[in-house]
Amino acid sequence: MDVLTLSRWQFAITTVYHFFFVPLTLGLSIFIAILETVYVKTGNEQYKKLAKFWGKLFLINFAMGVVTGIVQEFQFGMNWSEYSRFVGDIFGAPLAIEALLAFFLESTFLGVWIFGWEKLSRKMHLAAIWLVAIGSNLSALWILIANSFMQQPVGFVIRNGRAEMTDFFALITNGHVWVQFPHVFFSGITTAAFFVIGISVYHLLRKGSDFELFKKSFQYGVVYGVIGVLLVTLEGHAQAQYMVRVQPMKMAAAEALWNSENPAAMSLFTIGDEKNRKDVFAIRVPGLLSFLAYNKFSGEVKGINDLQREYEQKYGPGNYVPPVAISYWTFRLMVGAGILMLLLALFGIVKVLKEDYNFSPFWGKIFILSLFLPYIANSTGWIFTEVARQPWVVFGVMLTKDAVSPAVSVGEVLTTLIGFTLVYAALIVADVYLLKKYALGGIAMAEEAE
Amino acid sequence: MDLNTLWFILITVLFIGYFFLEGFDYGVGILHPFLGKTDEERRILMNTIGTFWDGNEVWLLTAGGATFAAFPNWYATLFSGFYLPLFLILLGLIVRGVSFEFRSKDKNPRWRHLWDWMLFIGSFIPALLWGVALSNMIRGVPIDEHMTYVGGFFNLLNPYALVGGLASLTIFTLHGALFLTLKTTNDLQNRARAIAQKLWPVTVIIFVIYIFLSYLQTDMFTKTGVNPGTVPFLAAITLLATGWFVKKHHDGWAFTMTGLTIIFATITLFMGLYPRVLVSSLNPEWSLTVYNASSSPYTLKVMTIIALIFVPIVLVYQGWTYYVFRQRITKESELEY
Repeated sequence: MDVLTLSRWQFAITTVYHFFFVPLTLGLSIFIAILETVYVKTGNEQYKKLAKFWGKLFLINFAMGVVTGIVQEFQFGMNWSEYSRFVGDIFGAPLAIEALLAFFLESTFLGVWIFGWEKLSRKMHLAAIWLVAIGSNLSALWILIANSFMQQPVGFVIRNGRAEMTDFFALITNGHVWVQFPHVFFSGITTAAFFVIGISVYHLLRKGSDFELFKKSFQYGVVYGVIGVLLVTLEGHAQAQYMVRVQPMKMAAAEALWNSENPAAMSLFTIGDEKNRKDVFAIRVPGLLSFLAYNKFSGEVKGINDLQREYEQKYGPGNYVPPVAISYWTFRLMVGAGILMLLLALFGIVKVLKEDYNFSPFWGKIFILSLFLPYIANSTGWIFTEVARQPWVVFGVMLTKDAVSPAVSVGEVLTTLIGFTLVYAALIVADVYLLKKYALGGIAMAEEAE
Repeated sequence: MDLNTLWFILITVLFIGYFFLEGFDYGVGILHPFLGKTDEERRILMNTIGTFWDGNEVWLLTAGGATFAAFPNWYATLFSGFYLPLFLILLGLIVRGVSFEFRSKDKNPRWRHLWDWMLFIGSFIPALLWGVALSNMIRGVPIDEHMTYVGGFFNLLNPYALVGGLASLTIFTLHGALFLTLKTTNDLQNRARAIAQKLWPVTVIIFVIYIFLSYLQTDMFTKTGVNPGTVPFLAAITLLATGWFVKKHHDGWAFTMTGLTIIFATITLFMGLYPRVLVSSLNPEWSLTVYNASSSPYTLKVMTIIALIFVPIVLVYQGWTYYVFRQRITKESELEY
């Protein structure tokens, strides 16, 4: 194993792990802020209880997001020093701004929110959780501004042997940001919604003393879920159409589309031969890919072979094809999980409209397990978007293999890779233990812990 | 003054904020398992910094981000070069961060004991290793003509850097003990003060050795001649004054003094560095400076505007939280952690 491969594994593990916790923070912070807003407006103590119950789970999750986020701030320098040198002039700015604008806000006011129930007026306390929610989501915006530069670099010029920023405004108005950020934002809403739905259904099945409270949670959860999953789907569609124009190779890999087609068929199921770039077995729906790309049943979607030829002419000899199988299957897992969530959220709405809060053991189990669906979609979505950009670290500007730190040895990366993995594995055990304990303990346990 | 120098000063300010604020957080974490005799006392100790620790830690993240944005080469060489120490710091910060949230959420004594020691380790490691890292930065490390660190791990563990590590460890612990005299009551407060009294002479001795070694190992003071100037002098005076105030039970003044020592000592180190940001021990020409390590003038200008708007805002709201939560923590307090 060389330094490059190990460094990529480390980045993948630490980043995917970090993103287990982030979407729940994004969505649940707003959910709790909404509950507390209702409490402050109506004075109904039930909503305070709910805010505190979901708040406990939020805090356990938030702590994991914070500590794994620290690694993100430094590992560009640690493992990707040549990347940091080459694009630091433009890529460092959004990272610094994220810390200054967002991290300070969420961290400081989360402390205020945790300790301020008795010390602050109701309105001030409510303001604190809204500031946490705004801070968390602002941090997502700034990190996606940075990531969008890697997908679609804008606002720079190659000068003095590096990428130098020429237009800060272009960086933040990058079209990629404004298809990516809404997608991530609503995936946060969706993650929180299914977290709330799954745990609420567990308690509704038990029919305990807190039945009424979890009925409310379930109602809010499914409404939140329908909004989240509908918009995440629509945004995902917009993002895919944008991808066809800006990163056609990524789309071709997602569809295992070897050669350009007009009209292009969409693959429902493909077993491919990646080495020889051809299908072994495939079921394709004619014209559907063109329709998804352009809203009409015609229009060329470029294939992998044609794009490879095009890029060779543009960037010189080399292999510009990302790992197709990973791209293809992660994309499908993400979309598949999304469709399941859409159906479940709609079913949930039907139940709420019929005021039916009795679940059969089967459907109860399905709703509880649906808690994991957003995690599958979030992780595969990111694996897809980063893997299908390869071999580039910054599309068209810098190759991943040129980005790695020369100062770091194989032994050193191996040490840290094993170290992070072991510590992260131990922490997820502790984290899940506590989340489960407090989720199943219900309102009573959250109150007892006061 | 050019923007490169301004950003060097800004990053110094961010590190000062980090060392001052997380300095006492680390001190509290290090003293936590020893000073807290009962579970209740340990909870009180943890809750003295419960509201603040996360906001304080952001000073480090912002320092890191600002270094990336303003001096990409400094960021790249420092963190890829000091790879394993930084890894240990990160692991420390990870287990420490979750220990606040995890510890008191389960009644099992072994669970609580585990997170007590995670808090200790996670505070001890960064408190020690930041001194080691800063000392190496100024002493000089093998950096080649491509700004790449070529020294390996054990090069960083030289006696000078280790004494520097002990210096940051002791001053942060002392700072934390004094913070506790302001945030606790009765018996706990008295014990914190007693520990501060014992720690103070140890800290002074280590600082004397460190200053002496700095004359031998770095050009920090030879650059300035025999008289090092006002700032290092103030660092020494405030550290000496701490002992007197502790003895007289002027807790507020004593805490102010260790705070000032941290501020002036950090300024001294960064002044000694300037205009370099990382000293090369192989060839002075290969050192990284505020000019060859920096971003373009355009980026520095954009970042300056943003920093000048938002740093004051952050200072105001963080200051406000210290005001709101200024009361001492007792067993009657809302003990969230």
